[in-house]
Amino acid sequence: MPSRDRIFARIRHNLGRGPVKEDAANLLRARIEGHVPHTIPKRTDISHKEQVDLFQVKAEALDATVTRISNMEDVPEALRDYLTAHNLPSRIKMAPDPALDTLPFDKTPMLEILRGAAAPEDEVSLTPAFSGIAETGTLCLASGPETPSTLNFLPENHVVVIKASQISGTMEESWARLRKKFGAGNLPRTINFISGPSRTGDIEQTLIMGAHGPRRVHILIVDDGPQD
Amino acid sequence: MQVTSRRFKEGAHDALHDKNIQEAFSKVKSGFPLARAKSASELPEFEGLRDEARDLKNHILENLDYYLEYFEEQVQLQGGRVHWCSSYAEAREVVLHICRDANAKTVTKGKSMITEEMGLNDYLSEHGIEPIETDLGEYIIQLADEHPSHIIAPALHKTKDQVTELFHANHAKYGLNERLTDPQALVNEARSVLRDKYVAADVGITGANFLIAETGSTVIVTNEGNGDLTQSLPKTHIAVSSIEKVVPTLEDAGLFLRLLARSATGQEMSVYTTFSTGPKRMEDIDGPANFHVVLVDSGRSDLLGSDKQDLLRCLKCGACMNHCPVYQAVGGHTYGWVYPGPIGAALNPHMVGLEEARHLPNASTFCGRCEEVCPVRIPLPKIMRHWREQAFETQVTPKPERWGIGVWAYFAKRPKLYRLMTRISARTLKLMAGKKGVIRKLPLMKGWSSVRDFPAPEGATFMDQWKKQQREGK
Repeated sequence: MPSRDRIFARIRHNLGRGPVKEDAANLLRARIEGHVPHTIPKRTDISHKEQVDLFQVKAEALDATVTRISNMEDVPEALRDYLTAHNLPSRIKMAPDPALDTLPFDKTPMLEILRGAAAPEDEVSLTPAFSGIAETGTLCLASGPETPSTLNFLPENHVVVIKASQISGTMEESWARLRKKFGAGNLPRTINFISGPSRTGDIEQTLIMGAHGPRRVHILIVDDGPQD
Repeated sequence: MQVTSRRFKEGAHDALHDKNIQEAFSKVKSGFPLARAKSASELPEFEGLRDEARDLKNHILENLDYYLEYFEEQVQLQGGRVHWCSSYAEAREVVLHICRDANAKTVTKGKSMITEEMGLNDYLSEHGIEPIETDLGEYIIQLADEHPSHIIAPALHKTKDQVTELFHANHAKYGLNERLTDPQALVNEARSVLRDKYVAADVGITGANFLIAETGSTVIVTNEGNGDLTQSLPKTHIAVSSIEKVVPTLEDAGLFLRLLARSATGQEMSVYTTFSTGPKRMEDIDGPANFHVVLVDSGRSDLLGSDKQDLLRCLKCGACMNHCPVYQAVGGHTYGWVYPGPIGAALNPHMVGLEEARHLPNASTFCGRCEEVCPVRIPLPKIMRHWREQAFETQVTPKPERWGIGVWAYFAKRPKLYRLMTRISARTLKLMAGKKGVIRKLPLMKGWSSVRDFPAPEGATFMDQWKKQQREGK
């Protein structure tokens, strides 16, 4: 008997039944398709403006840094200021995302902007976020032709642009946004939930930043108004 | 992995005399448990979520076949492949076969307990493929040719000085000759060495914290980001998982994610939680071209319907060992197989055989802290008690112990005789102790009296004192 059959036979034998009957299977399918949430922590039951503030507080507590800007056109200068303040290189690998392509980089001629997936020599990346989770200060990034996920991990410095309207309370709301964009049951190849920069405690339980992923995560929140 | 659980007593003895082990594991006490308590107290819904998580796991286990089939269908729809393996041997062969198809010379690995169970690294090495562990802790113990001593902090038993020497001995071949002593510098060096490995690897192997039936995704949770580089840079991604990790929906994963990191390290979320679904899409400019999910049973399905089914709820957070006084005293390796601490004491007898692991269910004071902190409320002490009973009934317990328990049972079932015997023993012990009130040496109890004095009874038994008080109307 092939292993698959053997495993299923053992599961059913030990549960004392045959395959799940049609009625029960329909209920289970409905449960999956219903996307029923569990208890949602009350801390996110606040206004959108407060959620954006909570997102910032939580992200900073995770050792990410946050700058708030008032519109997308301010991204290049905010990026330049951040790089200068931390003495970081001005060569940026940027996600080939149309939303970022329209940014006025002519205002910051010293920034060298390259587009594409990450290469080992890239030290700074700039990517858009898909959504943000106020509950924990977590960024949600979705992979795609315009948002290669290696940019989230290979460079030592990761700068993320997120609009305030993309931030909501919980992970469940990110699932809803993803289902709306990609259809229920479908996800892009990679969904990254990122909560601060990379770290390890593997040497004598001492916390060290920048284990394999980025040492620094800098978030530019664009205060564009209410939630999408 | 080779099982050395038979040596538990000798191992415990050695560990108690090992300064490094004592220092490393006593640190556990003040680290993880305090962080967990803090983050749990900051989430008022925490206890309720634990109940929901327990009930959801039970629901999944009752319908495991349905959810596994649903998961398989979704993986295939997304262009991935699912491989079913009854045994470790089969799973090792499947992984080797995929690696050979990819013409792999080196594979990078994210942290995975199931591949520890399978002994995958040794197997791949024997077949000419170099496996490289990328989690810093796993990398350290791979260099030392050792096994994890904690399920989420595998190199817990290693001191910084040992890491210094390991890196110095193993990194010279990359032209890195400095003897580094600063933890940050050590991390930086490992980072730069492993960077090249990620890029060069032909296959990346990860485990899975969850499998999502709804979307056919595998999920990994890490703090370092090594798992993500492992699964996004090579052409082929293999996720190896045991079958009980499936959860129905993304919302269900959300429930467990609110508990997992809090229970493990006290974080609200680990730094990286990554959902991988199928291979890269047609227009994607990075990501693996091939996606394989290797599902391993190896003993899991046999727990279903048994008095130990609750073990299958385990999220592998490590909270039980973080809070265990026995684990903190004897360290992880003493348990002699992949899972140390209370979960190992309860699970390993099933996985490697009760005869082999018979000491483990006894390695508990039954203080109950493990059950108190388990995010899915596994009744670990109860399961250990089942194993103790089973060891007695199936004569796995050696004769002298069985005889001793038999004698005790004889008296315990005859209360009058029991009281008489305790009265006699209490008085005898008092006489033996003399004026000092302690006994230095006790016949048949060298295990106790060789390391500490035995406090002598006052003379009267509890029952005698109780009766006296009742008579006097106190």
